[in-house]
Amino acid sequence: MAINRDSNVYTIVFATVMVIVVGGILAFISMSLKPLQQANVKNEKMQNILQSIGIEATDGVTREEAGAKFNDFVKRRITINYNGEILSDKSVEDAIDPLDKLDAFNIDLRKEYSRYVKPIMSKNKGDDAAIKDALSKSADIHFPIFVCEDGGQTYYVLSASGKGLWDDIWGYVAVKSDIITINGSVFDHKQETAGLGSKINEDWFQDQFIGKTIEENGSYSPIGVLKPGKDLNNHQVDGISGATFTGVGVDEMLSRSMEVYYNFFKANSEFKK
Amino acid sequence: MSEEKKSAPLFSKKNMALIKNPLNTINPVTIQVLGICSALAVTVQMDNAIVMSIAVMAVLVIGNVLVSLMRNIIPGRIRIIVQLVIVAFLVICVDQILKAYVYDVSKSLSVFVGLIITNCIIMGRLEAFALGNKPWASILDGVGNGFGYGLVLVVVAFFKEVFGSGTLTIPGLGKLTIVPESFYAMDYMDNGLMLLPPSSLFIVGIYIWVQKARNPELIGE
Repeated sequence: MAINRDSNVYTIVFATVMVIVVGGILAFISMSLKPLQQANVKNEKMQNILQSIGIEATDGVTREEAGAKFNDFVKRRITINYNGEILSDKSVEDAIDPLDKLDAFNIDLRKEYSRYVKPIMSKNKGDDAAIKDALSKSADIHFPIFVCEDGGQTYYVLSASGKGLWDDIWGYVAVKSDIITINGSVFDHKQETAGLGSKINEDWFQDQFIGKTIEENGSYSPIGVLKPGKDLNNHQVDGISGATFTGVGVDEMLSRSMEVYYNFFKANSEFKK
Repeated sequence: MSEEKKSAPLFSKKNMALIKNPLNTINPVTIQVLGICSALAVTVQMDNAIVMSIAVMAVLVIGNVLVSLMRNIIPGRIRIIVQLVIVAFLVICVDQILKAYVYDVSKSLSVFVGLIITNCIIMGRLEAFALGNKPWASILDGVGNGFGYGLVLVVVAFFKEVFGSGTLTIPGLGKLTIVPESFYAMDYMDNGLMLLPPSSLFIVGIYIWVQKARNPELIGE
């Protein structure tokens, strides 16, 4: 062969051509599959929200059905901040615009948690007042509310995100229109230990929350995740044996977020029916 | 170079050995101990193991073919980098396709798809076989090693899922209950350890034991 395969020029030209060709093909594949991938992520979120309502009509809804059914149930999407001010309020007629960052459906709680909430919590560790103060001053932390209706009943789907043992955990909790009784919940995780912490997305764990309340004698009472086997009151559920830290994570994310929602509902009497 | 080699039948004895040997005597996982990390981690459910095996086999076969086709133009000094780029390219393709078409599986495999890049079986076969052999032989080698890897994964996943969760998740059939409810009624409990990576070590260990007991020629001094 005429070309010297060991020469520097050949090596450099080969490397350059290879990188350009491979990069081009990858960019093309990524672009052409992106709509499908985004639809998957969006439908999964809709599925989670619908399943968390805890009504028969949306029980066991599949990811494919969720996209079509979402607007039948979710009538209003509200975004509030830590202080309970409404930042965005969309009705079912307003289509979800992926570019509208404040639309409740587009709020990426997991991203907000790791980017804004976690630094505040680790900086002020142990000082609850300082954490609350810092959270209330941040303009980057949002709380989405999905107002769902079924058979004349209104449910509010609230969201929470936090940290389990290894990575992110998140969940959706639906409260009835009395704003204090939980009607259903869905939790999920990125990579909690399989068979232990990963059980937070199983029915038996999620169903425990049904009927629990977030109010005691007219003031906020967080939902506690206890070690299994203890006597439970109306604000407590069993954790998972062997997955203490995942339970602590669920406990923490719920008490932090539900308080904001509770105060918001208390301050805006239009929601309580 | 030699013409008479070309006329050898596609499934000659020599070529079939490329497929058969990796299943047993030179199995990449149990004998060469390559690709162990993913065998430990993605075997909690059968469907994950099957999809992972298919993904690895696809990457291995296509990677083998590409490297084999390019074996005469790859500059010797950067051949490892070239192989790495080819593998990384294929793995990203697999990852993107899984995310688009089988989202649930891609969620449960999470980072392990990306880690196919570092699966030693793939780089090992590219470097040791494809770089010096013709495309057809490389395809067979890829298929054989892919099956060898998949076989171990499926066996490990079978025991892990049956004893760890009492179910078998088969693609297309869904979750099948293997351990009947009456067992649980009699205080039978799933073994939580079977769901964790260490149990794969035990199962792979027993697999190697059985394999060597049946093939005494594999036992070293």
